[in-house]
Amino acid sequence: MEMPQPDQQVIAKKASLIAALHEVLPQDAVISDPMETRAYECDALTAYRCPPMLAVLPSSTEEVSDVLRICHAQGVPVVPRGAGTSLAGGALPTADCVILGVARMNDVLETDYDNRIIRVQTGRTNLSVTGAVEDEGFFYAPDPSSQLACAIAGNIAMNSGGAHCLKYGVTTNNLLGVTMVMMDGRVVEIGGAHLDSGGLDLLGVICGSEGQLGVVTEATLRILHKPEGARPVLIGFDSNEVAGACVSDIIKSGILPVAIEFMDRPCIRACEAFAKAGYPDCEALLIVEVEGSAAEIDDQLSRIIAIAKAHNPVELREARDADQAGRIWLGRKSAFGAMGQINDYMCLDGTIPVSTLPEVLRRIGDLSKEYGLEVANVFHAGDGNMHPLILFNANQEGQLETCEALGAEILKLCVEVGGCLTGEHGVGIEKRDLMLHQYSAQDLEAQLRVKDVFDPKWLLNPAKVFPLSVTAARRQPF
Amino acid sequence: MITPKDESELATAVAEAQGPLRISGGDSRGLTGTGAQLSVAGLSGVSLYEPGALTMVAAAGTPVAEITAMLETERQQLAFEPADLRGLLGRGGAPTIGGAFATNSSGPRRVQAGAARDFLLGVRFVDGRGEILKNGGRVMKNVTGYDLVKLMAGAHGTLGVMSEVSFKVLPRAEFTGTLVWNDLDWAESLSVFQGAMNSPFDVTGAARLPGANGTSKTLVRLEGFETSVLYRLGQLQSRMPATPVDKLVTDAGESDALWKAVRDVAPFHDKAGAVWRSSVKPSDMLRVVDQVSGEHLLDWAGGLIWSMVDPAVDLRAALASVGGHSTLVRPGAGQDDVPRFEPQPAPLAALAAGLRAQFDPRGILNPGLMG
Repeated sequence: MEMPQPDQQVIAKKASLIAALHEVLPQDAVISDPMETRAYECDALTAYRCPPMLAVLPSSTEEVSDVLRICHAQGVPVVPRGAGTSLAGGALPTADCVILGVARMNDVLETDYDNRIIRVQTGRTNLSVTGAVEDEGFFYAPDPSSQLACAIAGNIAMNSGGAHCLKYGVTTNNLLGVTMVMMDGRVVEIGGAHLDSGGLDLLGVICGSEGQLGVVTEATLRILHKPEGARPVLIGFDSNEVAGACVSDIIKSGILPVAIEFMDRPCIRACEAFAKAGYPDCEALLIVEVEGSAAEIDDQLSRIIAIAKAHNPVELREARDADQAGRIWLGRKSAFGAMGQINDYMCLDGTIPVSTLPEVLRRIGDLSKEYGLEVANVFHAGDGNMHPLILFNANQEGQLETCEALGAEILKLCVEVGGCLTGEHGVGIEKRDLMLHQYSAQDLEAQLRVKDVFDPKWLLNPAKVFPLSVTAARRQPF
Repeated sequence: MITPKDESELATAVAEAQGPLRISGGDSRGLTGTGAQLSVAGLSGVSLYEPGALTMVAAAGTPVAEITAMLETERQQLAFEPADLRGLLGRGGAPTIGGAFATNSSGPRRVQAGAARDFLLGVRFVDGRGEILKNGGRVMKNVTGYDLVKLMAGAHGTLGVMSEVSFKVLPRAEFTGTLVWNDLDWAESLSVFQGAMNSPFDVTGAARLPGANGTSKTLVRLEGFETSVLYRLGQLQSRMPATPVDKLVTDAGESDALWKAVRDVAPFHDKAGAVWRSSVKPSDMLRVVDQVSGEHLLDWAGGLIWSMVDPAVDLRAALASVGGHSTLVRPGAGQDDVPRFEPQPAPLAALAAGLRAQFDPRGILNPGLMG
């Protein structure tokens, strides 16, 4: 993956930049020792690494504003960083950049149960937002797999989803307001505790802009009251087609499960070997979870089971209690760990129309054979968000490149059948060069024009999201 | 009136426009600029409907009624309940799906299912240069590039003229139950809303309809399978011992009529007065009804307030300290110069102006409407 050449004129400013930053930040908030900046050399896309010129860890909106104002004045690129859990390389530095980490900004600023909102600093982790309100019976709905570690800042930047977004939506549907610092240091307030922000939907375009439009330092998030309970059913099928048809029938029936997860045979086997959750060895496995009171759950599960039975499942296992529910989820929740144990893997994130599921799985199987790398599929079937995991050996010469080439083919397939390159992980650097498969040059130009408005000098995370060739003219040193 | 028949004619019409265009679909919502009328009503028809994937793709000028009827055959619906404002505004025309999204028109289910903008998955549109552009797609999860879909929703045609929309639909509930309280005071209504919303019972509407002579109905809606709704209705009532319910509506037609009245602001039809729509923090509703004299209809658990007031009343000035924002939906006499949308703080106004300059450099798309 190509990254722009570092600008030596920017690197030459390092000493004066450090001096300027020390005037506005505490001593320990400016990290310049090359041993220490290495901690920021990559995010969860570990195949690509580059230590930044500097890293800064501001503790307030004012400090973020000061940092950005200084970097703006000196023409220094800034790469914002939440918790560094991006799988797409969204927080990958360049050698001439300042990493702006929000990790020290993790306070809860306000909880307001009467209005069902929480206002937090964005360095706070996703799960700890729920942690702050769960004693009152509330939760924050978006639940990316990395929720123990990932920060709200990154969730907003990538518009993160999760297993339960079929019912509750993704970050953008649960974000009501932000305090954002623009690249020139100006602080703007957008939205608030009311349900729709006025004027153009700036909040909507900021969410998912991968840290390219501004640095969000505070966020007002919608919190919801927890349901009385939730329980899953596990359904095994001997073909992907039938499992796909079952998903479609469940959705059409009027039941809206909170989650419909799908695993294929390679994934089932790996998870079973790792977690010993007692999964059947079959072609396709669905985990369908519903919510409500005990009686409501029973009612919905019986409807789902009736639909499933019409498709002749090879296994049907209804969770009767929390323990059984935990066992059903155990394998699915350890899928990524299981894969990591047997191999290096690359996790893709394309979304497809649900109706094309069987065709896409078949063609992924063909591509897997063609490239000689195994692919395991685990995904959110209710909304078509796939996570093909390509297994490879990073220590074997050329395998990373083969893996990336196969990944690109799979993502092009997602686009070809009417889907998209990324459903919840973001483009980052990983899918940057595939953008022209989904969008025309004019479509991308329209997006670049948005960045022109927010960050005219193109200093915020400039080498991400769009192919470098497309942004070259805008990224010229100023 | 310019009435292109397809997207390429639409693009030509915009590219060749010599002056301001007043963008319309069914022209039923009354929130357009001034200029030569450009109607997308000729771009009509559903091109894709996958009930099992909960998705539909339609030309922007497709009437909402046509879409609703098609969804009805699969027992599905537009869950965000776009308003039909013809009665309120005394206008004709057929509300279109493009208009519903361009105005981000979201009814009572906003509190649970989301706003129109949350259901819009993809757009094709013609920008102010006459270029055909697309963003998003037809899948439910999509973070590929910037979300211009959200930007287009609620832009009222000022950034581009939508030609096609793809959107998420949802199953229509098998059963609806509505709890009705008569003539509560405002604080009691708010307390009912909070009790309902802060419960685990998945409330899909919390509203208050004004009636004649100061009467009112406070409403809470639950939807789903019958046994489940009945169970939750009982649970909710038992949690509110201080405010016993006056009526439990389980007849589908009767419930539907109540929520349509909320959605379409029926109590203000055929009555004189300016009508404002204010979006506030729900608990601030008490300050709004205290500070603005007039009739008020509440939706979104208090977070959306439709106020019918004397045109001489400067509602925005009265609410300056409250926060949120107000839209003048039905201007009264002498209000021609009142901005329809709340003027924004300078930094946001600058960003919005910057975006308009990028997407509509000649300033011809509903100019002046949003600032």
